[in-house]
Amino acid sequence: MSAEKLKLYQVGTFAVGNRLLDPEQRTVQARMERSNTLTSGHRACRGCGEALGARYALDAAMRATDGRLIAANATGCLEVFSTPYPESSWQLPWLHSLFGNAPAIASGIAAALKVKGRNDVRVIGQGGDGGTLDIGFACLSGMFERNDDVLYVCYDNEAYMNTGVQRSSATPPAARTANTKPLGDEPGNVFGQGKSAPLIAMAHEIPYVATATVADLHDLEDKIERAMEFHGARYVHILVPCPLGWGSEASETIKIARLAQETGLFPVFEAEAGEVVAVSPIRQRVSVEEYLRTQRRFAHLFGDPPRADVIAQLQSRADRNIRRFGLLAEEAA
Amino acid sequence: MMERPFAITLDVGSSRANKTGSWRTERPVYVHRLPPCSSACPAGEDVQQWLYDAEEGDGGYERAWRRIMDDNPFPAVMGRVCYHPCETKCNRGQLDEAVGINSVERFLGDEGIARGWRVEALMPPSGKRVLVVGAGPSGLSAAYHLARLGHAVTVYDAGPRPGGMMRFGIPKYRLPRDVLDAEIERILDLGVELELDRQVASVLDDMVAGGFDAVFLAVGAHLGKRAYIPAGSAAKVLDAVSLLRSMEGEEPPQLGRRVVVYGGGNTAIDAARTAKRLGAEEAIIVYRRTRERMPAHDFEVEEALEEGVLMKWLSTITNVDGGKLVVEQMELDETGFPQPTGHLEELEADSLVLALGQETDLSFVDGVPGLEIEDGVVSVDETMMTGYPGIFAGGDMVPAERTVTVAVGHGKQAARHIDAWLRSAELTPSVERQSADFGHLNTWYYTEAPRSLRPQLEAARRQSTFEEVVGGLDESTALYEARRCLSCGNCFSCDNCYGVCPDNAVIKLGGRDEPYAFDYDYCKGCGICAAECPCGAIEMVPEEI
Repeated sequence: MSAEKLKLYQVGTFAVGNRLLDPEQRTVQARMERSNTLTSGHRACRGCGEALGARYALDAAMRATDGRLIAANATGCLEVFSTPYPESSWQLPWLHSLFGNAPAIASGIAAALKVKGRNDVRVIGQGGDGGTLDIGFACLSGMFERNDDVLYVCYDNEAYMNTGVQRSSATPPAARTANTKPLGDEPGNVFGQGKSAPLIAMAHEIPYVATATVADLHDLEDKIERAMEFHGARYVHILVPCPLGWGSEASETIKIARLAQETGLFPVFEAEAGEVVAVSPIRQRVSVEEYLRTQRRFAHLFGDPPRADVIAQLQSRADRNIRRFGLLAEEAA
Repeated sequence: MMERPFAITLDVGSSRANKTGSWRTERPVYVHRLPPCSSACPAGEDVQQWLYDAEEGDGGYERAWRRIMDDNPFPAVMGRVCYHPCETKCNRGQLDEAVGINSVERFLGDEGIARGWRVEALMPPSGKRVLVVGAGPSGLSAAYHLARLGHAVTVYDAGPRPGGMMRFGIPKYRLPRDVLDAEIERILDLGVELELDRQVASVLDDMVAGGFDAVFLAVGAHLGKRAYIPAGSAAKVLDAVSLLRSMEGEEPPQLGRRVVVYGGGNTAIDAARTAKRLGAEEAIIVYRRTRERMPAHDFEVEEALEEGVLMKWLSTITNVDGGKLVVEQMELDETGFPQPTGHLEELEADSLVLALGQETDLSFVDGVPGLEIEDGVVSVDETMMTGYPGIFAGGDMVPAERTVTVAVGHGKQAARHIDAWLRSAELTPSVERQSADFGHLNTWYYTEAPRSLRPQLEAARRQSTFEEVVGGLDESTALYEARRCLSCGNCFSCDNCYGVCPDNAVIKLGGRDEPYAFDYDYCKGCGICAAECPCGAIEMVPEEI
């Protein structure tokens, strides 16, 4: 990202664009000629974070590759809401894979292109957190360790939303899902389970790993663009709130993603060859409570009796992220 | 064979056949809310709108200046003497500090003078003649607007120079006269006729004699109020209005080494600061209540204190004689009213300046049928018309707050109503706009940006010269300050709505007046655009089902 101090443009680079900003500093999404890779008419719920995240990422990738892009898409919400036959919302070459083999399909496309000598065409694999972290994980790890020339993008909405909000290994502790009921002494999803796909990806020492949210568009696009500068396996993990599964207001999708970042619950960083090279610092720190209260999947923490102890446990998770990644300027020192 | 996109082998239908707009229960609508700055401006300036123009820099400055000129012919004067209620109400004040609107206006006003920008009449000549009595802020503002509306305007003023209280009440160190002259000149260039040293003895006689179709009265309030204070023969007592007026004459008034000013308004502060500049070693303001209760604006009190003006709170003057004043201490009762305590003390003073308020000389409207006077000011209806058809009044001579900005606003209002009256038309009321409150904003998006301050003349030079105290902003600082505007309630083309819609249901048109449109065929009504609009320019409206 540009380090030089901008002249003041009211909203600087926080907003999508700005009439006063040099066109080069505006986002891809601000452009009239953006690809709209995921076009109107798709059947995603109102306020869908995944629909937003997918368009953000693929439009940025289309711009970075001059439109020479093929996508392989795991089964899941993103596939179901975008392609009920014979309609498709995709405006790029797009393949639907099984639930668990999108990374392998993407690897195969990359291999085929290599055989054909088409080094001008780039490949993206994509899926939700279930298809990526659980069902497709072996294929993903294989794609990483072979260093296949694929950018894999995971849209993380923290559960299996398409099948009715079941827990995945990306579901946060204490969250209510269809199979982690808010009952008993430890209501909701248990503490001490689940995994961090970005950190596991880093452990493969692939060229590039990054996290992003739909709340910081400039950052998200910069990371996709950066990922496209590398060849080999790359992984970008994007937090995409789900109003249906999280029990949040459709209008608050971006706000909630912003709160996830500002609490420290979702650390935003990028890594090259296994090492963290940059983090997005917290701008206005907020308590996890402010984040949790926006979502009914955490409503049982504020019921009768309220579970201040569980909230404190979640707060300490956020605090740990802040320490671990240096998300606050003063704590990083 | 049909041309197909790269790598596409099968034809599929686009999901655009699926009109998801039918899911919607609420629709987003672009709105223009009334920002607090514009709503607070006594002169009716659309502050946010001219800041929007100024934000663009370069060509934007002239557009911004012209937008101010639509409401107010004195941007450079306003940028110096307005008490800027716009800044008091500015939503940015709740975020960090209010936008320095007044300093941007001054920059634009000075640009206008430096670059010689001119305005033209908006309407062809109407053939109607209007008399304006008084060439102060209210009278000149009315004359300006009437002239632009095509009427022939003549201004009579009893004084030797135009400007009224802007010249004879506001000291030079706050309003340099070349600035005032330049802005008045621009009004006269519109063809407004000005007759100076022209007393009006009876307004009806002059109206008939000059063949005027309507009259606007704006003679101001130039008589200093006197309080009864027992005074000996050797006492030098004068009123603040006369003192400030005499500053425009040849000979500066002789006040002596110790000057006491009696009163707590802005005029008292002006008188004390003027005395200091005339060489008084001590200028003391005596006021019967406390600083918090002073009607003077706090920043002016602060500037006076910086210049060494002394303040004596809770005190009244009971006697004056031969260089000595008797001052009685007061205390506030539970209603906040000052009560005497019987404690007396003596204060040496070479002269006493009374700044106890001003009154209007209304003898020239004696015998006008229907014209009513109450509490020493002329009653007007909501169209600024007096009880006599065709005679309107404004400024300090009607019941209102007495500031230059209010007076300028009266002039504009009166001009619009006079114009409607002359054309026998109903003035169409402007559309009521919902107010843009702080709660409508999504302040996350605004860049942190502390306010830029105007340079001030150092204290030593402020005590001895009449040089302007407060400086202007340079171009880049003025631009920075304009861009601190949050654009409350009005789109400033940040592209957020266009970017954040999960359904691509916002169309970017790219135009200046209508930058975006909603595509209701696909909008599901999620409301993310409204929630993420920084400035609150999108409203969610329930669909009729």
